[in-house]
Amino acid sequence: MQVYLDNSSTTQPFPEVIEAVEECFRENYGNPSSLHRKGLEAEKIIKNSRRRIAETLGAADNELIFTSGGSEANNLALFGVINKYQRGNYLVTSQIEHPSVLHAFKRMEQQGYKVTYLPVDGTGKVNLDELQTCLNSHPALVSIMMANNEIGTIQPLEAIRAIIDAQKNKPLFHVDAVQAFGKLLFNVKKLNIDLLTISGHKFHGPKGIGALYLRKGIQLEPLIYGGGQETGHRSGTENVPGIAGMGVAAAQIMRNLNSNIHKLRQLKKHLTEFITRSIENIRVNSLDTEDFAPHILSVSFPGIKAEVLLHALEQDGIYVSTGAACSSRKQSPSHVLTAIGLNKDEIEGTIRCSFSIQNTEPEINYVSERLVHHVRELRRII
Amino acid sequence: MNRIYLDNAATTPLDPKVLEAMLPYLTEQFGNPSSIHSFGRETRKAIEDARAVVAKEIGADAPNEIIFTGSGSESDNMAIKGVAMAYRDRGNHIITSAIEHHAVFDAAHALEKEGFRVTYLPVNAAGLVSVAELANQITDQTILVSVMHANNEVGTIQPIAEIGRILRERKILFHTDAVQTMGSIPVNVRDLSADLLSMAAHKFYGPKGVGALYVRKGVKLAQLIHGGAQERNRRAGTENIAGIAGLAKALQLANAGLAENQPRITGLRDYLIGRVLDGFDHVRLNGHRTQRLPGNANFSFEFIEGESLLLNLDLKGIAASSGSACTSGSLEPSHVLLAMGICHEIAHGSLRLTIGKSNTKEEIDYLLTVLPEIVTKLRDMSPLYNSSRKECATCTLKR
Repeated sequence: MQVYLDNSSTTQPFPEVIEAVEECFRENYGNPSSLHRKGLEAEKIIKNSRRRIAETLGAADNELIFTSGGSEANNLALFGVINKYQRGNYLVTSQIEHPSVLHAFKRMEQQGYKVTYLPVDGTGKVNLDELQTCLNSHPALVSIMMANNEIGTIQPLEAIRAIIDAQKNKPLFHVDAVQAFGKLLFNVKKLNIDLLTISGHKFHGPKGIGALYLRKGIQLEPLIYGGGQETGHRSGTENVPGIAGMGVAAAQIMRNLNSNIHKLRQLKKHLTEFITRSIENIRVNSLDTEDFAPHILSVSFPGIKAEVLLHALEQDGIYVSTGAACSSRKQSPSHVLTAIGLNKDEIEGTIRCSFSIQNTEPEINYVSERLVHHVRELRRII
Repeated sequence: MNRIYLDNAATTPLDPKVLEAMLPYLTEQFGNPSSIHSFGRETRKAIEDARAVVAKEIGADAPNEIIFTGSGSESDNMAIKGVAMAYRDRGNHIITSAIEHHAVFDAAHALEKEGFRVTYLPVNAAGLVSVAELANQITDQTILVSVMHANNEVGTIQPIAEIGRILRERKILFHTDAVQTMGSIPVNVRDLSADLLSMAAHKFYGPKGVGALYVRKGVKLAQLIHGGAQERNRRAGTENIAGIAGLAKALQLANAGLAENQPRITGLRDYLIGRVLDGFDHVRLNGHRTQRLPGNANFSFEFIEGESLLLNLDLKGIAASSGSACTSGSLEPSHVLLAMGICHEIAHGSLRLTIGKSNTKEEIDYLLTVLPEIVTKLRDMSPLYNSSRKECATCTLKR
């Protein structure tokens, strides 16, 4: 049996997505900027996809900018805002953001900005009192992710929004929703979000395509200058097949969102219960509550090297991760696990199982059994 | 009705063999290349294989001199801004040309706001930069020169190898935007002495949404997109594996087909140019007569709006362009034609026909049969044509 439980790293595109991408590649090869029919045809595909995705966010069509992925969208949002508005030099984010947000802020620090990285509690939630204090110093921008990619913590965005709204000089509010989109129900208007990032390949769309929601009226200094595509915010010939594929994926994942969430929660709950029942001395970093994303389960097995466990599971056809994919090849310990207060042993023994709606109950039964087996074996050797 | 695609400079249809090379990475091999399990390892290998192919195809010394990006525009921005920021302590002067693609042109403008001094080299009536003039403009503050290999609108091919040699001697970094030449003529970074070179897959029958930047070993580059450690810490973001595999395959196929396609397409171009210049009055060829892209024919039909011309051609099933695709929606006259000394009115009347590998002589002949009636119809509607019938006096370019 092959069980892919690394869906926070990337997902398998839906067959309908591949179909849409293929059709574009075969038929709709025009450049959307061209004035002839081939161009108009391609432009129409983008327009439809933009509408579809905007709708799922609760946004208007003209509030969505396509990018090459989530990292570009995050960078565009952050650099775009600070380079355009240049109001103040103080910025706020959290300690557990994705590297594409954290490293962008590190770069801004080198450019002379002052950045507060809000601490989080043991479950990964940002400290709202500290946020309140920071806001008294009038930051130009606040960037907080919706759901964490390593442990799945969902931030209390409504409470954060309320704190921001109570300010006189409201900072712009950016939300990285790469992990949340398609797994949580939210609406950018209700949350009064200014900028929000999503990425196609995290919800069964193609790689190489992402989008930034940009509330009407907000302007950005582009990262990529040129032909003026995407209302001048992001130049470059549009990735028409990628955009088409992402539109199909978004529509499909949102169509049955409630039952999808329910299914993911069941899978996660099932695996959590089996592990906690069968193995002692573990730490479950992703709780089975509404405060955590339904598709991510991070568990620490102190005394075991996660990488060894990962490879043992791989021998059985089970694919999990030791942390975020983008940092899993480097040696430094996870900044997220460090921020929630795990010790070295716990961090080194942490694996992440991330589910998709393509996973099944029998798969989870198999994973439960193999995981318990390997943890016991590895602990016996040590 | 025939449908004839003569806009291959804007984008090209995907080669079916390229799609075949991409499909595995859209379906079964979907792993994140940064994952350490086998799904990740197999896609990581696909990317490294593609990198080696691209490096070999352009004559790079090592695969890790290739960075995959999201587009040609991104490659250009990354090169211009990346070098400027990384070498800021060495100097603040950049030289480019007046006819660059907007991705270079506007990136250079943005750097001016950051305190850099940018020289925009003029071009002659054929769209060529002067190598002597370029050498004259170099100061001890010059850190980067960026001159495109061939222009996207008029097709003029610049003396890049000559420029590259001078800059290598003077130890100044040299970027060339090879988006239009890649796959159309031989492109070799060693022959061109380029330190950085941009390409976009969809211009050579590859997929949209993927480009590459060649960065010679040892050249420093500030990042455009910060985040994960992808592309050896130079470009963050989960890799577009299918796109990257497609780019490599497309480049391989295009270069393998050069010996056959380049002379054939050049022949079609020269046939088209000859027939148009002989068959119409008040028409001029924009760009260099011979030193131009194999597939590019760019004409100005006086007294006619280029846009009306191309919309009428579209009604006859022929896809053409009035300039570059990305600016064709704007009403601004082409900065390229203006830089070549062509006046506003005539710049507005330009028609770009770009021939690709699948076009035939029959298609060109069909174009040549419908073009006269369209031109006559549009000129009959033009008061200027009927009243004056004079050559434009303000233009420096005469037929």
